Amino acid sequence: MVVIVDYDAGNLKSVERACREVGLSAEISSDPKRIRSAARIIFPGVGAAGSAMRSLAASGVDRALVNAFEAGTPILGICLGLQISLEHSEENDTDTLGLLPGEVRRFRLDDPVLKVPHMGWNAVRVVRPHPVLDGIQQGDEFYFVHAYRPIPANSADVIAESVYEGPFCSALGRANYVATQFHPEKSGRAGLSLLERFVEWDGRIDA
Amino acid sequence: MLSKRLIACLDVRDGHLAKSIKFVDTRNIGDPVAKAREYYVDGLDELVFYDITASSEGRRIILDVVEAVAEQVFIPLSVGGGVASVADATDLRLAGAEKINVNSAAVRRPGLIAECAEAIGDQNVVLSMDIRRVDRSARMPSGYEIVINGGRKPMGIDALEWAKQGERLGAGELVVNSIDADGTREGYELGLTRMLSEAVRIPVIASGGAGEPDHLYDVLTDGKADAALVASMVHYGDYTVSGLKRHLHERGVKMRMSW
Repeated sequence: MVVIVDYDAGNLKSVERACREVGLSAEISSDPKRIRSAARIIFPGVGAAGSAMRSLAASGVDRALVNAFEAGTPILGICLGLQISLEHSEENDTDTLGLLPGEVRRFRLDDPVLKVPHMGWNAVRVVRPHPVLDGIQQGDEFYFVHAYRPIPANSADVIAESVYEGPFCSALGRANYVATQFHPEKSGRAGLSLLERFVEWDGRIDA
Repeated sequence: MLSKRLIACLDVRDGHLAKSIKFVDTRNIGDPVAKAREYYVDGLDELVFYDITASSEGRRIILDVVEAVAEQVFIPLSVGGGVASVADATDLRLAGAEKINVNSAAVRRPGLIAECAEAIGDQNVVLSMDIRRVDRSARMPSGYEIVINGGRKPMGIDALEWAKQGERLGAGELVVNSIDADGTREGYELGLTRMLSEAVRIPVIASGGAGEPDHLYDVLTDGKADAALVASMVHYGDYTVSGLKRHLHERGVKMRMSW
């Protein structure tokens, strides 16, 4: 059983459906007790950092997530879920959860042909082996929709990169926390396969 | 870098797949859920549903169709047709659509775009524009006019101005439907698509007129579109999703080729 964290940020049902497709039963919850006791957690999200943090604080889910992270529960962040796991977001000038050091900044593109948001399918290059990214094959692409990008302070936390004008961090991981800027639930077979690996993951990264 | 997207559009009327020529003469051509699954398995990048039923009974049907498709298709789903309020958009989102297309109601009341962007996020609001060629004039300097109500009602609004206004109001993407090209299979309207793509910094989806694989190539290169929308080409079995993607890939267009 996985708990999908509900904090009024986007369409959780698509994550739930994708979990079901890979044989994982999921519960959508905003109850801090359920989140603290979950065997594993998916922390999704679309929308804006400011309102997301207000909602997390109001329900007490922000503390529950920090507790679960410290307790070693495997956690998968997706999109906004990834972004607010860092310390600060330029979006709404918001202080965020701080599970990992780093910040989130808006894409500023010099190339006028490129558009913001970065929307569509893009390749993901694994830069540091990670059990959850293990199934990514040459040529696999994932679906992205975002105007802000994560900048972890510690380069060792960057586990995959993608290129939009320049390279940016498209997946990060430390200890039992792993997160993708793209949407595995909307990325066809490649995305479903990533969710399957998360389900099997014990929360450890082999050295 | 981003791949160009191939998008299939399913017009749904009373629960069936329909296809129009120049926006009229619609025909029933199959089960939208089965088609959606078939295209997904064959490598489609994104799906669009347009609900062309006006009845309230039809509204329930499109929600059921979206729900059934979302159960088994794990790529972005975009839905439009008669969206006139944040409540309409929210219903479709709960049924499983990521992106909501607004069209006629936004032309009548542009504030709808901003309201939807606030409620569901800019990136999920798609401004779909039905456009026809007109003589250039002081009122219509681009030579293209916005038409609403499924192509029936010309609005005297310049298409270029409307595209820019839509972007300012918070649309995250534009669909450029050429009424003149719709269903003709003679190619997308390249000049129109390029003009709008160059005028905004949000992605542009070209729609209407595709009949041959090279029409997609033309609009993704010369037409500067970010995505090409097809309907007839794949619905009647003349071409497959994977075949079209392979053709574009072989001609040097960056496409997602692994699925």
